[in-house]
Amino acid sequence: MASPLKCDLCPKTATVHLTQIVNNKIHKVDLCEACAQAKGVTDPSGFSLSDLLLKASLNPEAATDAMRCEHCGFTQNDFKKHGRFGCPHCYETFNSMVEPMLDNMHKGTNHTGKVPQKALDRKSLHDRLSALEGNLDQAIKAERYEDAARFRDEINQVKQAVGQKLTR
Amino acid sequence: MTIASLIASPSELTDTASSKCAIVLMTRIRLARNLAGNPFPGWAREAQRETVFEACRDALGASAQMKKGLNVAVSELSDLEKQILVERHLISRELSGAKAGAGVFISKDQTLSVMINEEDHLRIQVLRAGFQLKKTWNAINELDSALEEALDYAFSPTLGYLTACPTNLGTGMRASAMMHLPALVISNQMEKVVRAVNQLGMVVRGLFGEGSDASGSIFQISNQTTLGESEEEIIKRLGSVLNSIVEHEQNARAKLMESDAAKIFDKIGRAYGILQHSHMLSSGEAMNLLSLLRLGIDLGLFPDDSRSVIDRLFIEAQPGHVQQTSKTDLESNQRDSLRAERLRAEFAAFAKPNFTINSHN
Ligand SMILES: [Zn+2]
Ligand SMILES: [Zn+2]
Repeated sequence: MASPLKCDLCPKTATVHLTQIVNNKIHKVDLCEACAQAKGVTDPSGFSLSDLLLKASLNPEAATDAMRCEHCGFTQNDFKKHGRFGCPHCYETFNSMVEPMLDNMHKGTNHTGKVPQKALDRKSLHDRLSALEGNLDQAIKAERYEDAARFRDEINQVKQAVGQKLTR
Repeated sequence: MTIASLIASPSELTDTASSKCAIVLMTRIRLARNLAGNPFPGWAREAQRETVFEACRDALGASAQMKKGLNVAVSELSDLEKQILVERHLISRELSGAKAGAGVFISKDQTLSVMINEEDHLRIQVLRAGFQLKKTWNAINELDSALEEALDYAFSPTLGYLTACPTNLGTGMRASAMMHLPALVISNQMEKVVRAVNQLGMVVRGLFGEGSDASGSIFQISNQTTLGESEEEIIKRLGSVLNSIVEHEQNARAKLMESDAAKIFDKIGRAYGILQHSHMLSSGEAMNLLSLLRLGIDLGLFPDDSRSVIDRLFIEAQPGHVQQTSKTDLESNQRDSLRAERLRAEFAAFAKPNFTINSHN
């Protein structure tokens, strides 16, 4: 008889076996009773097989601290330890690591669903506003008063639009 | 609204008869959302979590959907209150163990709940009794859009909504249905169904217990992947998988009644007797007995309107809910005794099974 399978997360013997097919690839996870409990395999709201797979495939020793997120200080090593990122910006920092992972994990690698249009509009208006304010400053410094007047008009228009977005 | 009044008031799951689709008990969708520029809850410092908590609290407090609802920090909840909210599917086990700066908003009718600083800044959830994927999606989409008026969500045009774990990227959506599948369990077909459903990119889990041994024969089916498809596509795919499981369960019931009606009637009759007369019942056994009675209702052995009684007891027979009816802290065997007492009272006046019905409906 084959020797009993070892738990993917600790050295104990695995008694819970899960199989799942994502994107035509078979994934298997073997867990001991304690880890299955701890990972919420029996909890309807807290269990994700791909999440387990992710953790099981990570090897903390092989990781390096080469990359670090400038926004939150998170490192590649931290990801290998937690299986979670530190902040939204981490997805840019660790892009090269994320991309190959998504292939196994999801149906596709491009978002085609809902877009938070109001939040994005708000952001692009704010970006536009700070760009115009920069232009205005430069125009005044260079004594290009016609340009400055034009920028001021545009700024007022954008401010009005921002106000509408915020009070709606 | 206080937690005590929330627990005492009628809710979607405990007071809605889901006779329209007897096999799907409940539909649930959740969305994971995070605020741009803020570290995820698991990595954030306490002060950063508090900042996010305040921002989310303000946005939720201003939304029409949460008017008159419950708004509470996890630190303000007792262990028993947390357990009751978990048993009602209103918070996750993970949230109930969360650190400072975590909380939950729950609407008055208990169909909407929003967890703050669980794994993501926001976990928005809508649940409905019965098979109602479209309605549930419309409700959660509306709440999400309302929150977006005030909150800047972390979003990437290619990766979608950015979440702490890459398994939730894209739509951040997990849509699920809780299904009652006793005939597939009795006829040993659950493993086959689980395998087939997995191949279609959906996940099956036993609600109480593991795999095909799930007590109460209740299973949750949900989408596995969140990126690469729109919300509507995921819901459509899940809906067709659910429909085909419903069909399989109906076929299995018809087959059992044709080949082995006596065996099924015997199981249901015995369950009825135990519920009326037992003095010790564990929650697992209670779930299995209630499940058999629910099957009896679907087969026409009991009046159709008694289904809501069973659905309420599925929740109220769980440990937290039983403990809550007692003034003193109970040991597990005392709980089993109190549970049996409650069920004896519930079933004393319950209609007797009518085994003379035509078994082919
Ligand atoms: Zn283990
Ligand atoms: Zn980061």
